[in-house]
Amino acid sequence: MTETQQSMNTSSQFDELPDAPPKRKIKLSWSGKLGIAVLVFWAIIVVIGPSISPYHEAEFLDESLFIVPGSDEKYPDTDFRPPSRIVLLGSDYMGRDTLSRILFGARTTIGISFIATLLAYLIGVTLGIAAAVGSRFLDMVLSRLNDALLSIPSIMLGLVMIAALGSTIPLLILLTGIIYAASVFRIARSLGQEVMVSDFVEAARVRGEGLWWIITREILPNIAMPLATDFGLRFVWVILFISALSFLGLGVQPPMSDWGSMVKENLPGLIYGAVAPIMPALAIATLTISVNMIVDDISAHSGGKLAKRMIA
Amino acid sequence: MSVLLEVNHLKISARKDDDSLTPIVKGVSFNVARGEVIALIGESGSGKTTIALSALGYTKPGLEFTGGQVRLEGEDIITMASDQLRALRGQRVAYLAQSAAATFNPALTIGEQVTESCVLHNILTQKQADERAEFLYRALELPDPDQLGKRYPHQVSGGQLQRLMAATALCGKPDLLVLDEPTTALDVTTQIEVLKAFKSVIKQEGSAAIYVTHDLSVVAQIADHIVVLYAGEVQEHGSAEQVVSHPGHDYTRRLMHAVRPPPGAGQGEETSSEHHREAPALEVKDIVAGYGKTQNGIPSITVLRDVNVSIERGHTVGVIGESGCGKSTLARVMAGLLPAAQGKVLLDGETLKPALQRRSRGELQKVQFVFQMADTALNPRQRIDHILGRPLEFYLGLKGKEKRRRIGELLQMVELPQEFAGRYPEELSGGQKQRVNLARALAASPEVLLCDEVISALDSIVGANVIELLKRLRKQTGVSFVFISHDLSTVASFADEIVVLYAGRVVEKGATDAVLSPPYHPYTRLLISSVPELRVGWLEETMQTQEAQAGIDRVVTLTDTGCPFFDRCPLAIKDTCDRETAPARQLGAGHTIECHRSEAEFVH
Amino acid sequence: MIWRALLGRLGISVVTLFVVSVLIFIGTNLLPGDVAQILLGQMATPDSLAALQAKLGMDQPGYVRYFMWLRDVATGDMGFSKAGLGAGNATPIVQIIEPRIFNTLQLTGMVAVIAIPFALFIGLLAAMRPGTRLDRTVTFSTLSLISVPDFLVATFLVLIFAVHLGWLPSIAYLKGGETGLNLIRALAMPALTLIIVVSAQIIRMTRATVLNVMSSPYIEMAILKGVPRKRIILRHALLNAIGPIVNVIALNLAWLVGGVVIVEQIFAYPGLAKLMIDAVLVRDLPLVQACAMIFCASYIVLIFIADMASILSNPRLRHPK
Repeated sequence: MTETQQSMNTSSQFDELPDAPPKRKIKLSWSGKLGIAVLVFWAIIVVIGPSISPYHEAEFLDESLFIVPGSDEKYPDTDFRPPSRIVLLGSDYMGRDTLSRILFGARTTIGISFIATLLAYLIGVTLGIAAAVGSRFLDMVLSRLNDALLSIPSIMLGLVMIAALGSTIPLLILLTGIIYAASVFRIARSLGQEVMVSDFVEAARVRGEGLWWIITREILPNIAMPLATDFGLRFVWVILFISALSFLGLGVQPPMSDWGSMVKENLPGLIYGAVAPIMPALAIATLTISVNMIVDDISAHSGGKLAKRMIA
Repeated sequence: MSVLLEVNHLKISARKDDDSLTPIVKGVSFNVARGEVIALIGESGSGKTTIALSALGYTKPGLEFTGGQVRLEGEDIITMASDQLRALRGQRVAYLAQSAAATFNPALTIGEQVTESCVLHNILTQKQADERAEFLYRALELPDPDQLGKRYPHQVSGGQLQRLMAATALCGKPDLLVLDEPTTALDVTTQIEVLKAFKSVIKQEGSAAIYVTHDLSVVAQIADHIVVLYAGEVQEHGSAEQVVSHPGHDYTRRLMHAVRPPPGAGQGEETSSEHHREAPALEVKDIVAGYGKTQNGIPSITVLRDVNVSIERGHTVGVIGESGCGKSTLARVMAGLLPAAQGKVLLDGETLKPALQRRSRGELQKVQFVFQMADTALNPRQRIDHILGRPLEFYLGLKGKEKRRRIGELLQMVELPQEFAGRYPEELSGGQKQRVNLARALAASPEVLLCDEVISALDSIVGANVIELLKRLRKQTGVSFVFISHDLSTVASFADEIVVLYAGRVVEKGATDAVLSPPYHPYTRLLISSVPELRVGWLEETMQTQEAQAGIDRVVTLTDTGCPFFDRCPLAIKDTCDRETAPARQLGAGHTIECHRSEAEFVH
Repeated sequence: MIWRALLGRLGISVVTLFVVSVLIFIGTNLLPGDVAQILLGQMATPDSLAALQAKLGMDQPGYVRYFMWLRDVATGDMGFSKAGLGAGNATPIVQIIEPRIFNTLQLTGMVAVIAIPFALFIGLLAAMRPGTRLDRTVTFSTLSLISVPDFLVATFLVLIFAVHLGWLPSIAYLKGGETGLNLIRALAMPALTLIIVVSAQIIRMTRATVLNVMSSPYIEMAILKGVPRKRIILRHALLNAIGPIVNVIALNLAWLVGGVVIVEQIFAYPGLAKLMIDAVLVRDLPLVQACAMIFCASYIVLIFIADMASILSNPRLRHPK
């Protein structure tokens, strides 16, 4: 027997005990699964919403639809109708179908928010990684600017910029993207810095790897998961932010339907007990709560480490 | 002696997310008699800490008792109600944790934390407790005992905190102490002081103790009985004398075998003894390096001063010193991770650029760095074949079949099965990860391997196996090694030459035999005498030496003038050693000692 | 050491305020149209326009105008609102803003006084019993509340208290000079909305902070020393959590600065935020600038307080070696 074989044979009896538990797959609890179901539902609506919608978003419902057979009334009100077989979720202040407007509005609200979040990520992650791997001077300049941007309440920044530039959808996306890029920058920078000082990046540097390799092969794969979770949270905030702007009359402009502005338009109906302002608000709530439930579930499984970072 | 604690068929399991139970402790039994110290020894995963904590009726979150009894004077602790447990903890059974730095509350004063338990349990009034604490500070030889209680944990050193933890535990005069690896995180020179303090206080107070550790030589100093554990089961149980000198069980013998003999002459591995005339493989000349802004070639925090080391082709140079001595900094300078402020790094006689960015790919290939922690040195998102394949591709341009074949060979070289190529690092154990870490460095076909504390984080048996592997690889490949460690016995068993660093200066260097035999530099002498030996009674003998009395448990301080070891040296000459840089004395072929004392004055 | 940290932080706040003022100035100056043109209206001749521009300093380069504006703001001169300028009866902004600031402070003050103790209590309660039914209820309901838009909370409150029960008015109109019960009635709905939303945030963050501290090794050590649960929480945990908690409160009060915008709008509450939105809608720039500066300044002050809390509660900084 050679020396090698001998040592391998004797070592079989008292093997080294595994020091880390084997890889744990993320298993979602019921709340996480429910969240995913709701999210998938809205994703489908974004794609097929307008084609399954009973009416067009801008279509004024005809009075004849609401004539009760055998009744004398020839011109019944079409606005703020309660839910019925004709208008499943009632009608709005101008006599349009709420369900159709929610189905159409899904595309606007979710679409704008999603693109804006993507933009925020594009800017935030690029600059954040640049600050993490770049020179100290670059890091300082970017961080100071970012701090200043974060020191303005986002809604204030939105208000001032919209006051100055007006409200169009591309501007809305750009504005939201920049505002939220600031917080993405912070998290991407801190994640990037953490990985940057790790031994395996140092090992790559001693090997002589270039910056591009280090960023794409060593850093990005290691921060992708926390960033993805953060993307969920950020997406929720962007939805709330854009809805708030629309609610203030400064976001998506009529006649396009958007969930935030739908709440605003129909607010007067609340006094008559109309459901028109409630339904779009509920639509927003189901979406945002479900994303938060997924994020919460995932961070609970990753030991709360993630959650801690998100709060900060 | 009457039985104090009786552990009877104890079973503890971990509850997983899906509610299934995994046994961690599988029916362990042993007794602790009054005034007796019993050691639980085992490697990570053996369940030793879990068993020890059961003496306090406590399990870590996620674990639960699933069977057996733990009786303290006949009362079962496991079934106790929570207020009974509270009365037991700190009063009858006290706990000392591994890391005092983390277990002291940063927001409360030391005095409050030391006395808290016995005041709460109405054993002593606050005033009595303060007096007792001060008495214990003196007994544990802590500095400034009358003011110490008013300070905060971050204001004292790690070794002191560890002893303060003992004061906390002893304050209420408990019947039983549970000590969980209390010296593992300390330097050897600090360790003996803490061990001595523990031992004498335990004797004095007459408490019984459960001492948890993985280090057999520490156990030999302090325990009356030894329980050897593996995977939650008792392997061997007997008196310290008996287990240490006549181990009965296979596993104990393997543990004993993994303990490296104390450093002494005649241990250096015989490598190529014929002296090469050619240039050394790697050489550093007059290196000054550190951190912060550099002015006139002096960094604001200077870690290394005038360091000269040369590594002959095929030789292994061991670098030794306490934490803070600049061992890792030296390796980083060699690798180019930290450009030196002054001095040169030469590879095969050619000067290298200080910063690695300016070195050529061929130069980088020849010097490979093996990081201390395999856990963090391997990218968790890359499979083993990618980790090993990248240097093959990067340096040697290997692709496809050729690359796969070479990955297979590398795995074979480090004695890992071929199927590991498809695994991720987190699916491997600590020792296996360290082997991958080595294989990655070997993949570059280097001339010099810089190994930074590569076995420090491993269990003793696993670490010993890695050393054996390194020895085989050295024979197979003829690579030169720079082997950095704080553990002198490890270095002694592996290196041809030893460089002793203290506070950034080379205080002694030479062939292993020469360094480990008299005459010694006073610091080398201190290091050698601090390494625990696997025999009963070693601790007491060592504490009598003047080196130990002068030098133990002090912090390494970087100084600008004179010899940095001045304040710990039993031979220090006042007004000379603290002012003038020590001369290098040549004592034979390549053996140098930097000291103001002459050869005749060195301790023999 | 601690003074250096605090002074450093103060310096950063001042620099940030300066950068913010530049951003606001640039942002509002992007707007088309110039004040002189608007002031003179149709009657403007090129000569009179140039004369007025010179008088207003508008012929100066941008940075000079910025410093003029900054000097005015610093001395409390916010300029004139655009509204009514053309008619010649320009109102100084300070006069418009003053009562509005008072109203907003009244609202946010009431919210802070009620929400902070309430939320801390619930947050601590949940953190002391993690995993219980109480904790899960608190966690889920606060998660839901922070995920829904503020206006949904407001809408539901209106639906319940104004429409269904008819107890409270659905708008919070202040004539000025209300006292006692009338004032509380008027403030009730907007305040309640903000209390709910702010509390949800503080509860979540307090719970997370305390749980984080509770999982540290020194808490486990305290358990093993036989320290009673109450003392562990009140002495060992809270002393370490107090800094982060004050931080949380200050951050949420800062957040209130933004949240008040929506609420004042919904309930037509005559506060500073409503004034600002109205100014944005009619593009009354000097007024927008003034409001934005006040909001941002108070935000920065609150963030500064939050950072100070973390610095002051750090034993390493409080008791240097």
